[in-house]
Amino acid sequence: MAKIYDIAIIGGGPAGYSAALYGARAGLATVVLEKLAAGGQMGLTHQIDNYPGFDQGIDGFTLGQQMRAGAERFGAETRLTEVTKLALTENPKRIETTEGTLLARAVILATGANPRHLDIPMEQELTGKGVSYCAFCDGMFYRNKTVVVVGGGNTAAAEALQLSRIAKEVILVHRRDTLRATKIYHEPLQAAENVRFLWNSAVTRLHSEARLTGVTVQNLVTGEETLIPTDGLFVSIGRIPATDLVRDQLALDPGGYIPADETTVTAIPGVFAAGDLRTKPLRQVATAISDGATAVQFAEEYLAGLKE
Amino acid sequence: MAIIHIESKEHFQKEVLESKIPVLVDFFATWCGPCKMIAPTLEEIAEEREDFKICKIDVDQVQELAIAYQVMSIPTLLVFRDGKPGAPALGARPKQAILNMIDNA
Repeated sequence: MAKIYDIAIIGGGPAGYSAALYGARAGLATVVLEKLAAGGQMGLTHQIDNYPGFDQGIDGFTLGQQMRAGAERFGAETRLTEVTKLALTENPKRIETTEGTLLARAVILATGANPRHLDIPMEQELTGKGVSYCAFCDGMFYRNKTVVVVGGGNTAAAEALQLSRIAKEVILVHRRDTLRATKIYHEPLQAAENVRFLWNSAVTRLHSEARLTGVTVQNLVTGEETLIPTDGLFVSIGRIPATDLVRDQLALDPGGYIPADETTVTAIPGVFAAGDLRTKPLRQVATAISDGATAVQFAEEYLAGLKE
Repeated sequence: MAIIHIESKEHFQKEVLESKIPVLVDFFATWCGPCKMIAPTLEEIAEEREDFKICKIDVDQVQELAIAYQVMSIPTLLVFRDGKPGAPALGARPKQAILNMIDNA
């Protein structure tokens, strides 16, 4: 008979590997199913300065690798595979992947979130031809060019700052009249001579000739539209939870998040939601780590109940 | 099959354009998060498969190749058959999706 894991963790970001560490240390047969590589969104982050313990900060990819190694040291397994289907109400729970089916008594959902798109025409076609979701990856291709950054949060501010060191001009387009980003970003951005702000504005249209040539920006107060010639558009308008896999089995909140309190317990017995995909007030590495540990605590209780 | 790091245009000509078997080319940079994310997957694939080869091009080291293939986003994956590139795949993607680029092209 096929091996039955005690805990299968879907997603290998900080929540997933925190759960794996706690699960393996509790002596539970634990597997992490990750479609790309350890770290998740964190793995794409250039520098992490708000996770304690690293006085010089650390790059997200390295931290992800270390989290994985830390969990595997106690016997957690990792499989690089994409989960295609979950049967969460069965016992044991059945997990279908691109490389076969797995069984587990408990499942911790830790699939995190993905970048939100503008959802305007031509956006997809122009991705990689001027439209980007990662300034740290693609910024260098825009040396001495004009770029537009959309968004006002920490990621957008960090990206605008990074781009200001490379590009000729950075135009930051934001829906509100002030940045939502943490104060630490405000001063260097205001001080950068080549950063221009377009407040109360949104990008409504993309213009192209084989590649991006400009964007139409609409002022949301006056309704006025302006065409801005640009070589690059960096979209940084938040994230959407990666909960499509469970949409048919778990009720989601209007934002697509899985409703669960601090216990991470979901509406399905033996299924837990840890990290960015859970309804919560703050989505950070630190809170994802916390969720992973808590999820295992409650998964252990659930597993003990199964044996009685 | 071991991953080959392309060091020059001439090296690319020999290993990719004149290759008898298909070649999966990964345009990457050492400082790019998603590039690092797919690196372990590419290594896994390289170990498992002998019917095609994987070449990596550091866009900082061999800029002319990145320009020649209009790479504006990294990672960019391209499959070359008989010297001709297929449709580019942008960004990190799962192992199966990468294998599909080779197997279903």
